[in-house]
Amino acid sequence: MTGSLSDASRFDAGGPSLAALVSSATHERPVQGSPALDDGERCIPLCAIADRVWVQAPHAALAGRNLLILTRRPLSAALALVSLDGVAARLVLAPPDLGAGHLPAVVADAAIDGVVHDGIEGDALLPGLPAHEIAMGAGQTGCRLAGSDTATQWTLFTSGTSGAPKMVVHSLAGLLHAIPMQRPAGDPRTVWGTFYDIRRYGGLQMLLRALTGGYAMQLTAPGERMAGFLERLALAGATHISGTPSHWRRALMHPEVSRLSPRYVRLSGEIADQALLSYLASVFPNAGVFHAYASTEAGVGFEVSDGLEGFPAEFLDRPGHVEMRARNGSLQIRSPRTAWFYLGDEPPKLRDEQGFVDTGDLIEKRGDRFYFIGRASGVINVGGLKVHPEEVEAVINRCPGVRMAKVMARRNPVLGAVVAAEVVLLDPADGEGDAGRALRAAILDRCRVELAAHKAPATLKFVASLAITAGGKQERRNA
Amino acid sequence: MSARTVIEQQIRLVAEEQGKALAPLCDDLVLLDSGLDSLCFAILVSRLEEELSVDPFLDADDGAFPETLVQFVAFYDRLLV
Repeated sequence: MTGSLSDASRFDAGGPSLAALVSSATHERPVQGSPALDDGERCIPLCAIADRVWVQAPHAALAGRNLLILTRRPLSAALALVSLDGVAARLVLAPPDLGAGHLPAVVADAAIDGVVHDGIEGDALLPGLPAHEIAMGAGQTGCRLAGSDTATQWTLFTSGTSGAPKMVVHSLAGLLHAIPMQRPAGDPRTVWGTFYDIRRYGGLQMLLRALTGGYAMQLTAPGERMAGFLERLALAGATHISGTPSHWRRALMHPEVSRLSPRYVRLSGEIADQALLSYLASVFPNAGVFHAYASTEAGVGFEVSDGLEGFPAEFLDRPGHVEMRARNGSLQIRSPRTAWFYLGDEPPKLRDEQGFVDTGDLIEKRGDRFYFIGRASGVINVGGLKVHPEEVEAVINRCPGVRMAKVMARRNPVLGAVVAAEVVLLDPADGEGDAGRALRAAILDRCRVELAAHKAPATLKFVASLAITAGGKQERRNA
Repeated sequence: MSARTVIEQQIRLVAEEQGKALAPLCDDLVLLDSGLDSLCFAILVSRLEEELSVDPFLDADDGAFPETLVQFVAFYDRLLV
């Protein structure tokens, strides 16, 4: 039940606990001011985060336990992570959109024996499990948990799909591997900010950069609007800001963005296109604009610093910490940053025999660069939310008058992609004129009723036929 | 039909489909204050590409992002003249 046995049994945390690293960064290499984690409601200095225990529970209830961190606020999850790394056997970091319906399976698959929460009904959601509250008030002083040398398994969720989200186990050393531990020369003032939620891989990377560097960071608050967060970033003088291309596109539509003056702008999590990279460079002339490739399973692959979309061809098939290759067009990565294994009953193997993780991201070589062209599985990424085409096709195919539907990604400047549908009707004449318009509206209405908003097609057109592969499957080419 | 007419029609349609309360469509309306969310804008841009056969976002090398309704319309107009 604890994942691939060989990888699970070899699991090694390697290195000091997160609290020790934060403590070292704040006490031995202090930066100017009093760097803090700030979510607009609470602002907690890093030195207090490192030195206190923020989870109210006896040591025995935490040490060696498998704990589910289920919080309303990203900030309280951060406090729990620092307090519990090196103490708990396994930390499972619940993302904000983890449906309550998935909790029983999470508890079973991760062998959870306690819930760490910040006042949400953690104990009500999971009756029978001990619930430990994160004390946002102050934290307990002078009682740093002794014997903090457990090799804690950091468990993250892959971004949700139609089925149950998968749990992926990382070590802290692996999560930190891509983070420079040396401060830059002169150690200029640094304030991190991220549009990501830190309970997902991309956001967690940024949190760990701030914590282990001893830097201030602005975190999002639950339900916070983009305008408010941008204003906080501006007031805090954020120097390092990260988000997905969709986050940035949304931010760039807001006048507040002109008040930002970052030195470092980072994009990851989706394909960064040239128009967006160029525009960010023009809006932030004093910033380096970087796009990174990372995934929950494969970890941080690489960062591209030349301001161009795609990545240089020489990144592939070269020796180093991060080795990358293309197999059947899909990017595969072997590095100390990849996750160790999946949790769950008969989990799929995360790494192949040679230690490579198949990212499922398709790449194509044009000239001396590789470009990302979509997902091998055909999954459509709508602003970071995944859509299985088959799920949408099933709804359309159930509509009266429809022979068959094909659903695909359509490139979109706002969300990276939206869902587009092509539909073959039983009688092509039904698709013409006013009746055709009414039929199209009826199909789309039904999709919006039966599917989440991002899954309903943005566009739908009637076609005479659909391409089928030799294997009898629908061709999955992105629009 | 002018680009403005098509754009306003599509904005109203998307808002209705997505159940959003729409602010009055005046020139200076800041798009983010219009009541439409990111998904609505994404749908709107894709629909306009179908209707007008242009996607000024993808065609623009500098990737400039309009902030107000009048800028948004001008964004399409420059490709339609």
